[in-house]
Amino acid sequence: MGGESLLQVRDLNKSFGGLKAVHGASLELSEGEILGVIGPNGSGKTTLINLITGFVKPDSGEVYFKKRKITGLQPHKIANLGLTRTFQIPRPYRLASFKNLIVPLCSPRVKGIAGGYLGDMDAVAIDLLEEVGFERDAYVPYKVASSLPEGYLKRLELARCLALRPEVIICDEIFSGLSMAEIATMVPVIEKLQMKGVTIVMIEHRLRELFRLVNRVVVLNFGEKIAEGHPEEVMANAEVREAYLGKEVVEC
Amino acid sequence: MRGERRKERLDRSIKVRTGGLYAISSWREISYLLGPRLLLILGFLILPLIMPNLYWQRVLCSMGVFALLALVFDFLGSYVGLVSLGGAFYTGMGGYISGALNSSFGLPPILTIPIATLGGGFLCTLLFLPTLPLRGIYFAIITIIYPIAAHKVITALNIFGGTEGIHALSTFPNIWLETYLILGAVLIVLFSLRRLVNENYGIVLRGIKDNDQSARASGINITLYKAQALFIASAIGCFAGSYLSTLYGWAGLSLFALDFSILPIAAATLGGVGTLVGPMLGACILTPLSEILRAIGTWRIILYCLLLLAFIVFKPEGLMEYLQRKYHQFEHWREV
Repeated sequence: MGGESLLQVRDLNKSFGGLKAVHGASLELSEGEILGVIGPNGSGKTTLINLITGFVKPDSGEVYFKKRKITGLQPHKIANLGLTRTFQIPRPYRLASFKNLIVPLCSPRVKGIAGGYLGDMDAVAIDLLEEVGFERDAYVPYKVASSLPEGYLKRLELARCLALRPEVIICDEIFSGLSMAEIATMVPVIEKLQMKGVTIVMIEHRLRELFRLVNRVVVLNFGEKIAEGHPEEVMANAEVREAYLGKEVVEC
Repeated sequence: MRGERRKERLDRSIKVRTGGLYAISSWREISYLLGPRLLLILGFLILPLIMPNLYWQRVLCSMGVFALLALVFDFLGSYVGLVSLGGAFYTGMGGYISGALNSSFGLPPILTIPIATLGGGFLCTLLFLPTLPLRGIYFAIITIIYPIAAHKVITALNIFGGTEGIHALSTFPNIWLETYLILGAVLIVLFSLRRLVNENYGIVLRGIKDNDQSARASGINITLYKAQALFIASAIGCFAGSYLSTLYGWAGLSLFALDFSILPIAAATLGGVGTLVGPMLGACILTPLSEILRAIGTWRIILYCLLLLAFIVFKPEGLMEYLQRKYHQFEHWREV
């Protein structure tokens, strides 16, 4: 913790018609940390990711990545800078699982890092899949990706990001739809990523599992940041409790 | 009882053995792999020799043109996700470019065809660039407007000979060059495209087709890739067009005829979408068939439609998938 500031989000605003999806959101991400972003349904978490990664253009506000302004850049340019994301609902390409990773491996970023030569891309792809918990000797990496169970699909999403050799990965509800057993195997994968120096933002509904991983969370509600800090402090916050559980009604 | 049985399909053991190159150990296995390819190549080489007269040799030429367009349609539709009805636009552009170069500057076909192929491909890509963010049916609708608009522009402005077209162009020196040039091009394009879609570059294209958002998050400039694929496709289409105008010594508005956009779809339906070789074979069946049926007049359209309908209803997978299954697998009824 306490590394250099890698990503700064300043006062982002986005409205869809009359709905303020994200309203004045600001956050800062230091190098090497895992930041949790939580909030009830419809609080603007996914929109915030879309704004940071360039999939949606903000109405106002700025995003800085490594002191460079990236607001308004196209998603593929942002990804090539080393800031990438997973999708909440994985829709893999209809190819063998390991072939799915050929797509990010063909990106300019990877080519630049590898000096234009990666060797056998298929072998690199299989190594990456092993890193996120695919069994190397099993048939799974060769199966058509769309036939994989949800747990593997989420890992494939993570591997797709990892293939880009990113500095920041933003995970959009990577635990959703997974069984307890699948989450239990996913947590160490993410811890390993952090040890390797990847900075991670996790947008999550599964708070118990999230709090095992993160030291700092940001809480959104109706597009606004309502709290920030250590998980325990944040959950003790009255406003956060109200957002999650509703207002206490005093019965007569 | 039929209800208690089900059809079981199993890969032939020879298919499994030849699946990886390392396992090939006999001539039988090598011929199992290469046989269908050689059969196709040999068939294409022999076809011009057995055509009875000039008329049928010309049918062969237009068959080749439609086969190229069907390949292009399948490549764009099944591997890049751009269902393009712009076939007629490519042929028109290619035909008019080579025609104009030949009549204005007197360039011989050996120069006009390559220039029309590359230049036409470039020009088509440039003109289609604004439509690339569109997907599916929206892209299809826009692309069919292009040949119609080009037709109207030429008529309205009375350029390139207006409705008359550009006449008296240089033609091919002999019939053998005419037939073998187009059939050779079909084979080269078929095998190159099949190779391309399985290379890493093709994998990226297929990724963009299946999920463009995820490809963008993977650092892929999808507009650039789509434009490159469109260039490959339209260059092939422009080659077909410039070939046609050189074949007939005339570049006219019929090069923008919607047949060039529609027939490839019919061919792809018949042959099997997504197999590349299927749509090509579909064109090789439909073009001569339509000539044979010419004798029965208007009935030919009805028969033609019935055939297509029968394929869509009874064999929606197409001819090629069916043949491949029969070749690679055996099936038998099994009690359940």
